[in-house]
Amino acid sequence: MDLSIFGYSFMQNAILAAVLGGVACATVGVFVVLMGMSFIGVCLAHAAFAGAVFGVLMGFNPLLGAFIFSLATAAIIGPLASKGELNLDTSIGVLFSLMLGLAFLFIGLMAIKSNPLSDVYSLLWGSILTVSRTNVILLGIVAAIVVGLVILFYKEIRAVVFNRDIALAVGIPAGLIVYGILFLTGSTITVSLSPIGGLLIFSLIINPAAAAYQLTYNLKIMFLLSAVFAIVSGLIGLLVSYLFNVPTGATIVVTSSLIFGLAVLFSPKRKIKRWQVTDEPSRVL
Amino acid sequence: MRALLEADNTVVKIENAVVSYREDVALRGVSLEVKRGEFVGVIGPNGAGKTTLITLVNGLGKLVQGRVSVLGHSICKGSINGIRKRVGYVAQLQNIDPRMPISVEEVVMLGRYGQLGLFRRPHRTDQIIVAQMLELVGMSHLAKRPIGHLSGGEQQRVAIARALAQEPEMLLLDEPTASLDWKAQKEILELVKKIHETQNLTTMFVTHDLNALPDVCDRVVLMKGGRIWQQGKPEEMLEQDILSQLYDAPITTREHEGKKIFLKAG
Repeated sequence: MDLSIFGYSFMQNAILAAVLGGVACATVGVFVVLMGMSFIGVCLAHAAFAGAVFGVLMGFNPLLGAFIFSLATAAIIGPLASKGELNLDTSIGVLFSLMLGLAFLFIGLMAIKSNPLSDVYSLLWGSILTVSRTNVILLGIVAAIVVGLVILFYKEIRAVVFNRDIALAVGIPAGLIVYGILFLTGSTITVSLSPIGGLLIFSLIINPAAAAYQLTYNLKIMFLLSAVFAIVSGLIGLLVSYLFNVPTGATIVVTSSLIFGLAVLFSPKRKIKRWQVTDEPSRVL
Repeated sequence: MRALLEADNTVVKIENAVVSYREDVALRGVSLEVKRGEFVGVIGPNGAGKTTLITLVNGLGKLVQGRVSVLGHSICKGSINGIRKRVGYVAQLQNIDPRMPISVEEVVMLGRYGQLGLFRRPHRTDQIIVAQMLELVGMSHLAKRPIGHLSGGEQQRVAIARALAQEPEMLLLDEPTASLDWKAQKEILELVKKIHETQNLTTMFVTHDLNALPDVCDRVVLMKGGRIWQQGKPEEMLEQDILSQLYDAPITTREHEGKKIFLKAG
């Protein structure tokens, strides 16, 4: 196997993007899975996509458009749910459909103005092999912020993901923590849009965290396992993509789905009955 | 204001409180005072406004009109987190995912987080308090277990330990025995009684189930249709005529081993 390809800078950028994007996505994925708001990944990814298309349409940096749209959507989800007295899920669903509609509207307007659509399609599918050094640096910054904030606010995050009302009742500013989590999710999705793609980023958020959830009763270990699964998915996906000349985003997502499948298959949590009988929790991480 | 409230030992003062959720009015001009060390039972049929009343005290319920002061502070956006840290709250049994990656002792430690504040990690003293509270509720042997693996009664004991780990000046219990079997109900009620007798904590206890009302109540508040219908000493309020009117259903009382039990007649 000729692995000299890994000596090229574009491949090194791709590896860095897979590792940094993986860590950021896996970390916010833990919030998303534990708080039961899986759909938020799809919603914010489409918001970022709509923003990026808007950026291309209006002639400014698509990354900036993606940032504005996804962060604005993340900021609106909570108040829309609380002011409108809706389920968080309904609020996310309404905004998701709006963002999808806007993305199509902007694409339609681009076609009318005869703008090339290739930039837009690359945002939809992602192109990790052509990721720029600037994007890698941005991914690094966002990953560092996400991990740093989790370490700094670990106890508040633990309380909020366990039960938001209890967190409030013990005097934790739970609303602020939830908005912070939505903000981090929006930022992570935005910077991962270009390398991973709007359609696939959702899987990279959910799958590693959902796999980790199957394997441990310890939140810290869940964060670590989730990050490891995301990095492994990224690196294996890259390698398979190179060896078989298939789209990288797709191989990364398929790998992460396989890891999830294996985690479900070998999950010690499926063997609860045996534990309850023997009263020995030691087999679970 | 604070000095005045504390001088007469009033820890909760609710004045003309109105709470509504959209077109439904949950509380219609309710006023109530609770003194330090008092155990107040709040009873009434479903939809009477009992939970809304108790959540006004820790700011989880939102006032449309009126005024609420707790522990000498008027409840407002600026004061609410500070008050919540001093008030322990136990809600009715929650649905917890059995796979939730949080252990029993970690749940009890949540009670310390508000006291610690942002950016501060739990210290040895916090761990000692958590261990003491687990011991008090008889859950030390399950400290390392995932919270979702406990039975309903055990989860409620842990919730009480978590509320006590706050070292609160007041305890709010909202239907803590709902959905529990008879044995678990009895154990929780004995635990609540023990806590009140040993710590003399000001306590508000809400229940729709008359047989789940602890016999340490100093006063019983009867709620109906979003209003305080009557209130007074348990021996005066827990009479079959009054209760039958409160629940709009015939209720009879019997004495069993020195304790009054309530039965639906007919």
